[in-house]
Amino acid sequence: MAEKFDVVGTNERKVDGVALVTGKPVFAGDLDLPATLSVALLTSPHAHAVIKGIDTSGAEDLEGVAMVLTHANTPTTRYTTAGQGHPEPSPYDARMFDTKVRFVGDRVAAVAAESQAVAEEALGLIEVDYEVLPPVLSIDDALAPDAPVIHDEDDATGIWDAARNIAAAVDIAVGDVEAGFADSEVVIETTCETQYAQHAPVEPHVVQSWLDDHGRLVIYSSTQVPFHARRIVARVLDLPVNRVRVVKPRVGGGFGVKQEILLEEICGLVTLRTGRPASFTYSREQEFVSSRTRHPMRVRVKLGAGDDGVLKAIEMEALSNTGAYGTHSLTVLSNTGSKTLPLYNKAPHVRFVGKAVYTNMPVGGAYRGYGATQGYFPLETAMDRLADELGLDPIELRRRNHIREGEGSPIFEELGEGRKGVEQTVKSCALAECLTLGAERIDWEAKRAAGPGEGPKRRGVGLSIHMQGSGIPLIDMAAATIKMNEDGSFNLLIGATDIGTGSDTILGQIAAEVLGVPLDKIIVYSSDTDMTPFDVGAYASSTTYVSGTAVERAAVEVKEQILGVAATMLRTEAEGLEVGDERVTAPDGESVTLAAVCDRAMYGADQFQIGATASAVPEESPPPFLASFAEVEVDIETGLVTVLDYVAAVDCGTPINPKMAEGQMEGAVANGIGYALTEVMEFTPTGRVRNPDLARYKIPGTVDMPPIRVILVDSFEPTGPMGAKSIAEIGINGPIPTIANAISNAVGVRLTETPFTPEKVWRALRDAGVS
Amino acid sequence: MRVQLTVNGTGHAADVGPGESLMDALRALGYKSVKNGCDHGDCGSCTVLMDGRAVNACLVFAYRAEGTELTTIEGFAAEGALHALQTASLDTGAVQCGFCTPGIILTAADLLAHNPDPTDREIAETLAGNYCRCTGYTKPLEAIREAVTMLREGADG
Repeated sequence: MAEKFDVVGTNERKVDGVALVTGKPVFAGDLDLPATLSVALLTSPHAHAVIKGIDTSGAEDLEGVAMVLTHANTPTTRYTTAGQGHPEPSPYDARMFDTKVRFVGDRVAAVAAESQAVAEEALGLIEVDYEVLPPVLSIDDALAPDAPVIHDEDDATGIWDAARNIAAAVDIAVGDVEAGFADSEVVIETTCETQYAQHAPVEPHVVQSWLDDHGRLVIYSSTQVPFHARRIVARVLDLPVNRVRVVKPRVGGGFGVKQEILLEEICGLVTLRTGRPASFTYSREQEFVSSRTRHPMRVRVKLGAGDDGVLKAIEMEALSNTGAYGTHSLTVLSNTGSKTLPLYNKAPHVRFVGKAVYTNMPVGGAYRGYGATQGYFPLETAMDRLADELGLDPIELRRRNHIREGEGSPIFEELGEGRKGVEQTVKSCALAECLTLGAERIDWEAKRAAGPGEGPKRRGVGLSIHMQGSGIPLIDMAAATIKMNEDGSFNLLIGATDIGTGSDTILGQIAAEVLGVPLDKIIVYSSDTDMTPFDVGAYASSTTYVSGTAVERAAVEVKEQILGVAATMLRTEAEGLEVGDERVTAPDGESVTLAAVCDRAMYGADQFQIGATASAVPEESPPPFLASFAEVEVDIETGLVTVLDYVAAVDCGTPINPKMAEGQMEGAVANGIGYALTEVMEFTPTGRVRNPDLARYKIPGTVDMPPIRVILVDSFEPTGPMGAKSIAEIGINGPIPTIANAISNAVGVRLTETPFTPEKVWRALRDAGVS
Repeated sequence: MRVQLTVNGTGHAADVGPGESLMDALRALGYKSVKNGCDHGDCGSCTVLMDGRAVNACLVFAYRAEGTELTTIEGFAAEGALHALQTASLDTGAVQCGFCTPGIILTAADLLAHNPDPTDREIAETLAGNYCRCTGYTKPLEAIREAVTMLREGADG
């Protein structure tokens, strides 16, 4: 199936790699502009309170303070900080600064000063008179009949049911699940809970802003969504879009947390009011407390199946904690069902219901996996229990149920991202091979047969399977511009947003492939709202598939222009000409160089700029597929779980750059292992985060990692650029259910609450009488 | 206070506060490769070499660096040529966002200077204080092993 490519499919170095390994000042915080003001943020010590008054005079009197921003002197427009397509599916429930604070860490005021030290000193001089309200600190408290109302303001829009603290709700059904369960020989039901977790990119959020030669606001931001940032900042600050330029330099990781407009409008307002550059960086503590988190969820899954294990009914009910604001509340909730349920398309009866509720807790947001991660935990736990119940090998049970090439699922159409989805038939699916190859690599049969062993340390192997998507169909859009230079090089201008993923490189590879040049003849420039065409940005596993298609189309148009000029030069027809090795060659062997073609177009006859802009809007969202395997050791005396080996066999279509594709999987798996075993935001009884630093919030380090063995399984997606689909998110869904199932295989205990800390595992073992 | 800092062989007279970290002082001098990921010595992104040893620059008072030879990644590669650790990082796909990369390379450089043929375990333990959220460490550790080979072969040749 796979075609032969020259540049695509090779392990090109990253186009920005040399700058990064030599430490060039290419990140948002690396820019030094003269007379820059430093911005610092005062946040709420209370989970729920009304601000009765703020006295900023002490801060304003401090030498070196330029201004203090509060609700009293800033725009009152309601908006969402979620950087999504317009109109955003998230409620407009936030204000730049509000008269009410809704979580510990919510914004109260900002100070701009001559130095960071002065700005921080000034924060301590602001006096705030709070009327403290009873806080709502759990999903159950939020849904209680007499619960305090978190969003009682009258100007919020898009909230499902503010009076009952419900930010968003979903209820879809295919067939009749009750009839399906009645007709089933086996019914399995499980409920799993996932914790508050934080993205922890090593670079925090950073924004710098200044006015350009025309007095326009320039925002230099570590963002995943420059175009959405421009639109939202313009709306909040009541500026025309044409007065704002957002530029994204290199970004030090995002994972979803930078798909959020958190600093841009504050920094921008300081610049607008003072005329001076401003700089605003979140501290690591603010990253944990005041930025965004993964929505914690409680998800119940009920499966009904025949004696043969073929599913007849699936019901999934999700309760999501969106925290104080509804950013991504509806869409993350939707994806908990839409990115999981189509995987098991044999079931004729399927239901998904869910609510995302407000609490006075840190705010949920986009996080790699985007709800699917939370849904796969109970789904793949229930599938494993079903296999146990029927005495089937867990791989065989998946084989009897998973979606295959040429098949669809009614869920694709019934459930999209916050609205109806799009009907689609899967055109590439190598999941069966993923299962086979992954099982071989982990030595599944031998290890399952060997059993857990005796003594305090027991071993087990487990697996889970997954799908995700490639962009949001009929919503996402990407565009690319390519223009040719007279030395035969090309500028590739893309709105697509490389946040460390390598998208600048792989999009360059796609252009180079079409144009018949090496990658170093493609000059990639991305993510500048003045200079590059529109792209929704880096989220929803969209860039390779959606932006890649736009690049391929633009390159094809440019190639046609090149062939037209070359045909004249070679005195032949364009048809039959081929590009390659930086030349255009005719069937008779005559050729011209690309440099000569462009030189003629610029300086010779019939002059014009060889160049094109093309767009892409996906009509479907082809899922990548993953079979994920782990071997674990469980110490039944201490409850410590150690992952000994991890295999991820993935179908991402054509890997445009195989090493980078592997890197996406390896990083996602590592993040998922942290989420499964160690990472958890802990709270005091009043809703304050106990562990807002990287010493106490434990992300994996080198010594915590098992070998992660990635298998890129041969596959070709016919609707994708060069056969590619996505890979960025899917890997993070694997570790929780895979490790949980491996633990069950080792010690016979089903864990239903993440993370699987030694204490939790030990208690579960004790309750089960194992230790 | 005014201190003399020697960075990549160049002397600087820097005005620093009594509590100012070496990280902030180096960034103020323009050495932007010294990254602030946590300000608490947890992440390793601010790693520099101080008399050849890797330190978290956020945990060192700037004045304590007086009289030492400091190396940042800006001064790590010889003029025009990349160090084996940099080349191997590019070729193994060890760099994703690259924010943690200078710290990882300098920590590894300290290791290799004192132990030119480390075991996998020694590499992992040395790098335990350098967080990377993008790569899962597979390829950065592979890059260091690759650099060990390159340096050995270079020395043999």
